[in-house]
Amino acid sequence: MNPFRFFSRAQSAPAARERLQVLLAHERAATGDSDLVNKLRDEILKAISKHMQVDDEKVSIKMERGAQVSTLAVDIEIPFNAGKKAA
Amino acid sequence: MGKVIVVTSGKGGVGKTTSSAALGAALAQNGEKVVVVDFDVGLRNLDLVMGAERRVVYDLVNVIQGEAKLTQALIRDKRVETLYLLPASQTRDKDNLTPEGVEKVITALKNAFDWVICDSPAGIERGATLAMRHADVAIVVTNPEVSSVRDSDRIIGLLDSKTLKAENGERIEKHLLLTRYDAARAERGDMLKVEDVLEILSIPLLGIIPESMDVLRASNVGAPVTLADGRSAPALAYFEATRRLKGETLPVTVPGEKRSFLGKIFGRKAA
Repeated sequence: MNPFRFFSRAQSAPAARERLQVLLAHERAATGDSDLVNKLRDEILKAISKHMQVDDEKVSIKMERGAQVSTLAVDIEIPFNAGKKAA
Repeated sequence: MGKVIVVTSGKGGVGKTTSSAALGAALAQNGEKVVVVDFDVGLRNLDLVMGAERRVVYDLVNVIQGEAKLTQALIRDKRVETLYLLPASQTRDKDNLTPEGVEKVITALKNAFDWVICDSPAGIERGATLAMRHADVAIVVTNPEVSSVRDSDRIIGLLDSKTLKAENGERIEKHLLLTRYDAARAERGDMLKVEDVLEILSIPLLGIIPESMDVLRASNVGAPVTLADGRSAPALAYFEATRRLKGETLPVTVPGEKRSFLGKIFGRKAA
């Protein structure tokens, strides 16, 4: 029935521990603005806006911070005539 | 136009964040479009309780400072598709929350969602007063314990003076959510009675949430308790509170009692 009910029979503390470890590792790294994922996000947007007017509403950014690997997905709608403005 | 709810208490650790997540999820599970907003700038935790901590890209302060669009900062829940989270900033100072900025964000959210749930930080400072500022409805989270009741009384005073509604001479709707209610202690007479808390604070009761391992377990796995185990006692209590929030009139279930609270008062048989 409810999958969580099944899992809750198992211990939930290990899940808490793992989630905290990943989160805190990222948060500690983030102090002093050295967070790589955030930096990449900002620089990618900066690089793109050099070549075209980036419509903020057409930009979707997703992050998933993992223990070993983090993912950054930047989804930008580029209009057909975007290049002309920069030229 | 959505309804703005503030979940507040004055005292810390009484269950504001747990309740914000659970009520938000419960409303969304019933098909309502809900956003839960974390106002605890610098000490955010709603993301963690809702299991979205790894997916935070932008936050409330980024939106207020114009560094990100509101749509970019909203995180959609992976389990309930009508449930969204607007995280607080972890690194910024709460001075970055400006009254104008907060007003703009809340207005935009009201237009896009059925319910805007503002999870207030503890205390009575800027973060707490800004969280309650635009509320139509306040949920005062209280533990059956002296210091919590005292702080709730203080918060009720602020709700009646510092909110926009109060300043405009309107009445702000206030509800009491009694959390961490321990049926065994109540049975022994070692806990403030529901009736006592209600009499002291004199605001209507939204629900009684039992003290439960299920709440801790849910936060461990990063799920609102109504999603982690919808059949558990606290989840059922939150679902019940949600129905009352939507305007239904129904008797309040007192944990550990067969008969409902109101049933006990009005339905007591002559001995």
